[in-house]
Amino acid sequence: MTVAPKREDYDVVVIGAGPAGLAAAATSAEAGLSTLLLDENIGPGGQVFRAISSTPVTDRNQLGADYWVGADLVQTLRASNAEVIHRATVWSLDRNLEIAVSIGGASAFVKAKRVILATGALERPFPIPGWTLPGVMTAGAAQTMLKSSALVPDGRTVIAGQGPLLWLLAAQILRLGGRIDRILDTTERGNYFAALPHAFAFLTSPYFAKGLSMMREVKAKVQVVSGVIELSASGDGQLASVSYVAGGKRETIPADLLLLHQGVVPNVNLAMAAGIEHRWDDLQLCWSPVLDASGTSSVAGIAIAGDGAGIGGANAAVVRGRIAARAAVEALAPAAATRLAPMATLRADLAKAERGRVFLDTLFRPAPQFRIPAGDTIVCRCEEVTAKDILDAVAIGATGPNQLKAYRRTGMGPCQGRLCGLTVTELMAQARGKSPQEIGYYRLRAPVKPITLAELAAVPKSEDDIKAVVRG
Amino acid sequence: MTKNVDAIVVGGGIHGCSTALHLCLAGLKPVLIEKDYAGRHASGVNAGGVRQLARHIPEIPLSIRSMGIWEKITDLLDDDCSFESYGQVLVAENEEELAVCRARVAELNALGFTHEELIDAAELRRLVPAVADTCPGGVVSRRDGAANPAQATTAFRRKAEQLGATVREGIAATNIRHTDGLWHVDFGAESFAAPVLVNAAGAWAGTIAAALGEPVPVETVAPMLMITSRVPHFIDPVVILRGRKLSFKQFKNGTVLIGGGHLATPYRDRNETVLDWKSLATSARTVFELFPVMRSATIVRAWAGIEAKTKDDLPVFGPSSRHKGLYHQFGFSLHGFQLGPGAGAVMAELIVNGGTQTRIGDLGIDRFHPSTL
Repeated sequence: MTVAPKREDYDVVVIGAGPAGLAAAATSAEAGLSTLLLDENIGPGGQVFRAISSTPVTDRNQLGADYWVGADLVQTLRASNAEVIHRATVWSLDRNLEIAVSIGGASAFVKAKRVILATGALERPFPIPGWTLPGVMTAGAAQTMLKSSALVPDGRTVIAGQGPLLWLLAAQILRLGGRIDRILDTTERGNYFAALPHAFAFLTSPYFAKGLSMMREVKAKVQVVSGVIELSASGDGQLASVSYVAGGKRETIPADLLLLHQGVVPNVNLAMAAGIEHRWDDLQLCWSPVLDASGTSSVAGIAIAGDGAGIGGANAAVVRGRIAARAAVEALAPAAATRLAPMATLRADLAKAERGRVFLDTLFRPAPQFRIPAGDTIVCRCEEVTAKDILDAVAIGATGPNQLKAYRRTGMGPCQGRLCGLTVTELMAQARGKSPQEIGYYRLRAPVKPITLAELAAVPKSEDDIKAVVRG
Repeated sequence: MTKNVDAIVVGGGIHGCSTALHLCLAGLKPVLIEKDYAGRHASGVNAGGVRQLARHIPEIPLSIRSMGIWEKITDLLDDDCSFESYGQVLVAENEEELAVCRARVAELNALGFTHEELIDAAELRRLVPAVADTCPGGVVSRRDGAANPAQATTAFRRKAEQLGATVREGIAATNIRHTDGLWHVDFGAESFAAPVLVNAAGAWAGTIAAALGEPVPVETVAPMLMITSRVPHFIDPVVILRGRKLSFKQFKNGTVLIGGGHLATPYRDRNETVLDWKSLATSARTVFELFPVMRSATIVRAWAGIEAKTKDDLPVFGPSSRHKGLYHQFGFSLHGFQLGPGAGAVMAELIVNGGTQTRIGDLGIDRFHPSTL
């Protein structure tokens, strides 16, 4: 059953029920603020704790202890007075803190005194030749099926890329009896040396032991090829084989399924559409919002917590959620803030949770050839625009992603740049000899997720409906 | 150091770019200064309507002049601007509206204009089969059409530069002043001087005019547009409604652009707009009622471009009434895109020849204050 929000105005509206959003909403409600949590999925958890309340996977070892931490967060939230609505797609947020949300095919508008964006991360595009073929999907999509439906691959499966999630997924697939034929590790050799100075912090972080044992577990069962420097998928209308180059040797293997992953990046669409300033992060190679220590953005009243604030992982996301909520409480009901954990404690928690991050970011920094494609490789899937098309447009005057729209329709399809934006920025930056910051990003627009015309038509009428005609 | 040029054009919309291009064609070397990039605002993000239909009478001669250029746009720019001509149709939803249409066409005919044609229900249905059966007719302007606004504005800019215009983008023109018989404008550390200054700064032009002692009743507006996902082809001409704020255009790729003049809140100095979804819902409702085929389409994106609207909805076009060498080209009030090519040609004639054959007399800035030159 779907329900519309109970009120038109809230003290705090939290968008996204992943680790950051769950923690933020619980904290805000605990302090007595009227709190609404809007989430797109059918249940709480976001990506990390997806289907935490409903997963058919009951053996706790299979998804790992880190996953089940989510259950406590959900319990805390449920014990609070926060109003929670799932299957609620926020499609617009503006600098007046007006939120448009689609729930069960009907749109509602709510206004907040404070908004906490906890929209999380997206997988980084992995634009290799053939990445748009049926049979090629992201590791994240595979993990979604695994968590929500206990579905694992049974055909010839290749996993390619790098990063912690890749190893976690591989371990989860194997534990659930799925098939993996080969893992192609694209981590650049040089990254190991670059990451070395940051190794101490990592060794003392909780990630280290867990990561190591997971990699061992996977390597015991699957052939892992490291140092992969070239990768492509091919097939006639359907994936048939995967080719790669490693150690100076090219190999082609038959495959029914190729899972690609090279890390996650902040999901910036809603934040950018609200006018929040973002800057290029040279280490994480993505756009991150400009935030103060409490997660407050450049737009008054909007804070960002979780991976949407810059990739930090689930533990950091929980703390960032609490910090942002505490800051909202301090602003709206200072007396109630004394009930919450002190800010100093939260900041210490955050420092602990973020330990080892620089090591991971440096080690798993994706290689240029997997971020910046060439030739006929498709960059924009919605409009089928290739790397060459974009370089041709640059040659005749396109200077940035928005100007590119005058030449090619990149970013103008339904995904609004989610699958091509970073690639376009880096490709144009390289072609023009500029930094990604100078090149910029698409101007993003609501609706951040498409809504049907019928749904918009059903929105209640406004007063100035019947005015003189102005010709456009 | 000051660089001397023949003319300084402030504003890289379709008007500034077109004027710069036509000045080049006349043998002049202009500089074009744009604070963002060419086509960043209204010129690049409008509905792309190339429309003579339903225009205010004082700007019809300029519109007709422009239409001639649009029809040969590839010859001028080496770029087709995605211009296509399937006509524009004004739909009357009832007999009362049709009567207004009839009177309008008769008035135009009496003035010697023949581009608007009254059509009955049968012809309306032939042109726009998807329209609701209850509509009794309307008006068509058969040579009208649409172009891609960003592509067109960019093409004007590119061609102007190829023909010798100096283009400066990314910093606002500042310190605009008239000394020793020349106009001086700074662009960052650079300084330009010319006997001619064209104020084509769109939403920012009113500020420039006021600073030069010629205030104009002009406001900043941001008409909203939205575009749908691809739907099966069902309509060729651009459709506008007589009685409601709606314009409607399906592109070759199947996407449908819905506009009509509902306004967002502009934040001019931040280059931002905040959309009014309740007004966009009105447009959605109108489309829902009139075009059942659209009901399952999704809205993919909505936006608004920032521009200037004058009190009388007519542009400010022509020489200054106060300063020698100053020309205004702004305030196109939500209908300037189609006029861009023609206005640039006419502006170049005014600057180079001191006059033009195209009737623009009612558009001058002196309509707002008495001549002091």
